[in-house]
Amino acid sequence: MNTKPIIDADSLRSLLRDNSVRVIDVRRKEDYKKDHIPKSVNLPLADLLSDDNPERVLKMVQSLGIDDQTPVVAYDDTFGALASRVAWTLQYLGHGDVSLLEMTYGQWKSLGLETDAGEPSIGTKTHSMTLKPEIMATADYLEKAKENKNVTVIDNRERLNYLEQHIPGSINIPYRTLASEDKILRPKDELKRLLQNRGISDNVEVITYCGSVGTLSGLAYYALKSIDHQNVKLYVRSFKEWKNLNKPIVKQENADYWDLSAE
Amino acid sequence: MSSTVVKPARDGKTPKINWARAEEAENFAKTVKLFRQGKIAPDSFRRFRLQHGAYGTRMTDDYAMVRIKLPAGEIYPNQLEKLAHLSEAFSIGSAHVSTRQNIQLHWVVLEDVSEIMRSLTQVGLTSREACGNSVRNVMCSPLAGVCDAEEFDATPYAIATAKFFLRNPLNQALPRKFKFNFTCCEKHGMVRMTDVGLIPQIRSIDGKTQRGFKIFLGGGLGNKSFVGHQLEDFTPEEDLLYTSIAVLRIFDRLGDRKNMARNRMRYLVDQMGWEQFQNLVLKERAIVRATQSVIVTLDIDNTPAKISNLIRISGSDGKSIPDGFSRWRKNNTYEQKQKGYHSISLTLEAGDITANQLRALADICREFSAEGYARTGFNQDVLIRWIQESDLAQLYSRLLEMGLANPGSLTMAHPVGCSGTTSCNLALTNSHRLAKEIQRKFLDLKLDEDNDLRDSSIKISGCPNSCGQHEIATIGFFGGGGRNDKDMYPVYQLSIGGRSDGETMLGVNVLRIPAKRVIPAILKIIETFKADKKPNDTLKSWIHKIITGHSDSNTKSIADIKKILLPFTVVPSITDDKDFYADYGNDSTYHTKTGKGECAA
Ligand code: HEM
Ligand code: SF4
Repeated sequence: MNTKPIIDADSLRSLLRDNSVRVIDVRRKEDYKKDHIPKSVNLPLADLLSDDNPERVLKMVQSLGIDDQTPVVAYDDTFGALASRVAWTLQYLGHGDVSLLEMTYGQWKSLGLETDAGEPSIGTKTHSMTLKPEIMATADYLEKAKENKNVTVIDNRERLNYLEQHIPGSINIPYRTLASEDKILRPKDELKRLLQNRGISDNVEVITYCGSVGTLSGLAYYALKSIDHQNVKLYVRSFKEWKNLNKPIVKQENADYWDLSAE
Repeated sequence: MSSTVVKPARDGKTPKINWARAEEAENFAKTVKLFRQGKIAPDSFRRFRLQHGAYGTRMTDDYAMVRIKLPAGEIYPNQLEKLAHLSEAFSIGSAHVSTRQNIQLHWVVLEDVSEIMRSLTQVGLTSREACGNSVRNVMCSPLAGVCDAEEFDATPYAIATAKFFLRNPLNQALPRKFKFNFTCCEKHGMVRMTDVGLIPQIRSIDGKTQRGFKIFLGGGLGNKSFVGHQLEDFTPEEDLLYTSIAVLRIFDRLGDRKNMARNRMRYLVDQMGWEQFQNLVLKERAIVRATQSVIVTLDIDNTPAKISNLIRISGSDGKSIPDGFSRWRKNNTYEQKQKGYHSISLTLEAGDITANQLRALADICREFSAEGYARTGFNQDVLIRWIQESDLAQLYSRLLEMGLANPGSLTMAHPVGCSGTTSCNLALTNSHRLAKEIQRKFLDLKLDEDNDLRDSSIKISGCPNSCGQHEIATIGFFGGGGRNDKDMYPVYQLSIGGRSDGETMLGVNVLRIPAKRVIPAILKIIETFKADKKPNDTLKSWIHKIITGHSDSNTKSIADIKKILLPFTVVPSITDDKDFYADYGNDSTYHTKTGKGECAA
């Protein structure tokens, strides 16, 4: 069903030459208007998040000229985290062929690859809706699941935020761990080794979460998918909702780690 | 699929020496797994971990501190960038520059340590023997090679010494840690406060000049501190290695392996008496010389450093000189012996630096430094050397953009603070934050501009162990807990008059000051000094005279200083002043809490 979760720059360029792909630029409108990858369309993440009711999102997707068969590639300039959230949303709606570009727009430009300021004209298409609850976790689901030995909960926020407070039993893999120095995700062998070191085996269910809207943890979702981890769920509403619901929180006590930061 | 997309490599100087061994990362990862499976005893795992440069962390077994060794403090642009990445990926997004020229990453998940090691190998760095009972990072004054008072550049000797001992079986199971400090001159070094301290010397005999060192042995700071002794008038460079091996062998053979609190070499020297120890070293050296001369020599690379002629658009590009430049220039730059070149020192807060600042530093090294790399210093600072005078203003603007342009680096406004309760298991107070608070206050009050304070220092440890080197500070503090009935509050023991130069001496204890009164107490000392001083006095010389009984001012003795500070020791009730009972950086009420210390491991 789903092709590969990550697409490299060369492959995207050849798909673009064949006109057989819909590229979504997830940056803000102003940035998109300046320049973007040729033929890409703009879907600022904020627009999507303002109301991510599936019916509404489906309409947005259709208006971007995407039908059930259209291969989709998303990119951003924010470590791939925003693009991940959009890609995941499409998957959640039941779209089968969506990938993340392996690099950010900044990296794309710094390599001297093609950019363009023109906006493609696109007609609305029809897309079906078959929600995929198996890739989403709700707070209630997480709260029960985390008691299960075969479930690993991963917090993708920065280390200091994690130390300050996190969901009991979660482990911390800051989103920055996932990237290499020039790609949004490390090579597969490195990601596999990282998870192995942390004792996360292939057959456990993983639930990822981050601070508020599932972006950083969306990237972690794709990191796991890039190494063919089968059962991954995104807790989209993440820690913000968890706290608002007054669910249990733990803290690393008796140490003043914030004072080590030079921020 | 092969990619047509490649990014051109960044230019810039790359490291000359590869300190790393790739297989050590793999081995570390395996050993952590075995430890977690209970197949390795905690004690032997701890020894292994420390030997590889990973300390434990406050109140937890799940995190480590990774100490990356920088022999002589040298760090290249690609290494700075790697550390930036590693700090974001595996640590807290900031790194810490230590007083022994190391760079540390804190709050690293134990299972990720091997990943850091693996990445370090890509840029030739290691954390091997950065902790544990081994020869620790070999230090060398960051001004070596550019200092106008030095007789020759000691850097190649420091590097060669580091190379010789790293992974050498001689130093894998010493009774305790062992430290070498090279310097450029008396003023910029710390040779009497370490196991082996070395000052370069040139002597001429019969018209021939010869390089060598003044070597000091058996000094060191700690729960009990000692000032080192000079071995002999002059140690020729050929004898440098033999002397080092001889000293290490004696320590290895006779050092106390039972009593952890008394097993640094200085205790051996103290027990035995200096003369006997000295004789022993000279005898042992003769044996080493006779038996090893053919086999071992130091690999000293004395080829002159390549100094590039950076072609830059002139700094005076018509733009006005940025605000604050002259203030910064006065106390953050050092005129090199090479005409027209300056070294600059960055004012960090207690040695902390963000990932983005590390990246900016890498670029700055490439663009502004004719030697093309940076050096960490002795005061939780970073130096960039070989900067053309005409570039200083432009460099300052760049530092401003990065939040790295604070003034006062070479003054009292740049206190040292150990890790304290931010991460150290033995800490009683948040010494790290206190150092930052003092610095902010000093800069607010523009005390960095005060020439009378320029050669003084403030250093803070979070417990009596001296990692913050409080005993060699003009004004030093170590943390502890105070008690008012059933309520506890953080306090600091104040000491004054410590110094690490040619007249090295340990500070003298004055009294205990509650943490929240430390800043006013320091300001009070300064105020008293100002009112009292003779025209030529600096704070340092004024205090020196007082504690050595030579005061020519109204303040005669420690007792007088104590009297002046006594009002700061008054303890309010908790209902009157809740803040008094909380440490810096922590709103909750204060308790002393410590875990298992690893200093002896
Ligand atoms: C009884 C235990 C300890 C003693 C006696 C001790 C002693 C010292 C001393 C004297 C220094 C000053 C550097 C110099 O030699 O000039 C130092 C440095 C340092 N110590 Fe400790 N230490 C102890 C435990 C620890 C612990 C538990 C930690 C935290 C993990 C720690 C962290 C540091 C750091 C960060 C430095 C900075 C210099 C470096 O890079 O080596 N120390 N220690
Ligand atoms: S002086 Fe004490 S608190 Fe500070 S780092 Fe050393 S052991 Fe820890």
